[in-house]
Amino acid sequence: MKWSYKPKDINQSAKGIACCDWVNRGCAFANGKIFFNTLDGKTCAVNATNGQEVWVTQVANMARGESITMAPLVVKNKVLVGDSGGEFGVRGALTALDTETGKQIWKAYSIGPDADCLIGPNFKPFYPSDRGKDLGVTSWPPDLWKIGGGTVWGWISYDPQLDLIYYGTANPGPWNPEQRPGDNKWTCGIFARRPDSGEAVWFYQWSPHDEYDYDGVNEQILVDVPINGRMRKVLVRAERNGHVYVLDRTTGEVLSATPFVYITTSKGVDPKTGRLIPNEEKSPGFGRVVREICPASPGAKDWQPSAYSPVTGLLYIPHQNLCQDEEGVQANYIAGTPYVGANVKMYAGPGGHRGEYDAWDPIHARKVWSIRERFPVWSGTLVTAGNVAFYGTMEGWFKAVNATTGDLLWQFKTGSGIVGQPVTFLAPDGKQYISVLSGVGGWSGAIVPGQLDPRDGTAALGFVNAMGDLPMYTTKGGMLYTFGLP
Amino acid sequence: MCNVRRSPFAVRRGGSSASGQRPTANLFLLAVLLALAACHREQRSIAPTAISAARTFPVRVNNPYEGNAYAIAEGQRLYEQYNCSGCHFHGGGGIGPALMDNEWIYGSSPANIYTSIAEGRPNGMPSWGGHIPDYQIWELTTYVRALGGFEGRVATASRSDEMEAKRAEEPKK
Repeated sequence: MKWSYKPKDINQSAKGIACCDWVNRGCAFANGKIFFNTLDGKTCAVNATNGQEVWVTQVANMARGESITMAPLVVKNKVLVGDSGGEFGVRGALTALDTETGKQIWKAYSIGPDADCLIGPNFKPFYPSDRGKDLGVTSWPPDLWKIGGGTVWGWISYDPQLDLIYYGTANPGPWNPEQRPGDNKWTCGIFARRPDSGEAVWFYQWSPHDEYDYDGVNEQILVDVPINGRMRKVLVRAERNGHVYVLDRTTGEVLSATPFVYITTSKGVDPKTGRLIPNEEKSPGFGRVVREICPASPGAKDWQPSAYSPVTGLLYIPHQNLCQDEEGVQANYIAGTPYVGANVKMYAGPGGHRGEYDAWDPIHARKVWSIRERFPVWSGTLVTAGNVAFYGTMEGWFKAVNATTGDLLWQFKTGSGIVGQPVTFLAPDGKQYISVLSGVGGWSGAIVPGQLDPRDGTAALGFVNAMGDLPMYTTKGGMLYTFGLP
Repeated sequence: MCNVRRSPFAVRRGGSSASGQRPTANLFLLAVLLALAACHREQRSIAPTAISAARTFPVRVNNPYEGNAYAIAEGQRLYEQYNCSGCHFHGGGGIGPALMDNEWIYGSSPANIYTSIAEGRPNGMPSWGGHIPDYQIWELTTYVRALGGFEGRVATASRSDEMEAKRAEEPKK
């Protein structure tokens, strides 16, 4: 080991405000420093050469239920950090810290008055429904925006040519939608902002008045591709509500939105207004159990990032195939405790398999091939110039498939389920390696490290109902595997 | 069937209101209440006394509500309303540990569970002592004991209040 760094004074009680296991989605390297976040709300900068602490900044306030699980992104001289806590009645925000000092440069809230959301004269959303004064207040019942969620726990992307950052906002709280009538802006959507000032340039809402915990925080794939014969700067998003979106990333216009899983909660996206058309029959609320909500709350695809290959022109999407039953109950706000108001039981979607690994053509908006997996494919994925795609399964298989055909080329059984992200690198010896972390957990895998009891299907926000057999297939882990060609 | 031990928290009332009017009905009510007072399972803490609202040190060893159906039902209601279910769900756990299995990190005795609720625990369990009345902590303790299977069937609810995932017309697993 070259060096090891452990932040001082980590507050262990943060484990009590982490909705979906104790996770960390990664770190960033820039200007000779490693940047990462801690569950108890700190951002740390460490000298990459010797492991010495450069600065530590407290970003999230645990007393209000805020924590941090996301991987920061460095853009120019700023570290961008978002928060978690959408199940605890927090008010989501993205914060920019100075890479050298850790001091806050700007903070953009996801809900509340325009000034707090850094929405000003340069905000030009594509659709009229996103235009107006203080929509982050007026699209909520009085004062509920203050505890309305919209956290920023997913991925941030940067387009240096357009000088825009893109990131999604998470679910509104509580889950019980009858407690918060309105569009609940700016939750479950995507912002484009200027990295220097944080000011908003456009916004699009994937799921207005979200009823199912369809956080809008998945990764955005930025590519320039021909759409209807014309080259477009697009942003591709495999979204939790079950659609693959192709957006014009200069304006926020929806170019296409195509289902990639079985969907019962909506009836498509209106091409004129860009608005998701909800299926009212599947609307959960007080005192009734709604069956066959598809996709389930983790969505068609959750945090696990997909990969794009310029060689095949395909997007590789690791995802789940789950539906759920849900009952709305009263959510009471008590600071630092859960604020959900829903009983949920998830189960496998059509076909009985719980996970899929798909190759998707974003230009023609169609599925090219699909691999079924027993459990949700909760790992990230990687595709190489050698035309090989890698992903892991929750049983612990690390798989390599032909990126063109999907044929299995190689697999290796690791010591625990894989919910990490494979990476590839060229080592100083001139060889290419592939690494992946093995160690099951996360929302889907919480039953194993948390020793949850499958007799209660509502456990872990209802995910345990679908994962009761996982402990038969894998055990706790925590190992780094690195593979190379001989 | 009745557990005849008496709860120090239970408030026993009889004939204190509307006396003089309808004496027969009052006598009947008094008789019923006296009969219930002898039955611990049915005792109800209608209003907390000064003693029962405050915390006592050291923590009492005996659970005053053990075997008391009303306290378990109240504990179940509070378990939902104070968001205990948001972390422990309906016993299976999630953010917090499961409460229906046989693993008790901090012990399963009434005093252990009471202390976990009142004082909190270092890995995320918040402390409720001083925020809610002491008798409610004991009601929650009794309900959590019932989730763990420590309370007799005589006093526990025959069904849980959360939804049934199966349709009514489908057979259970």
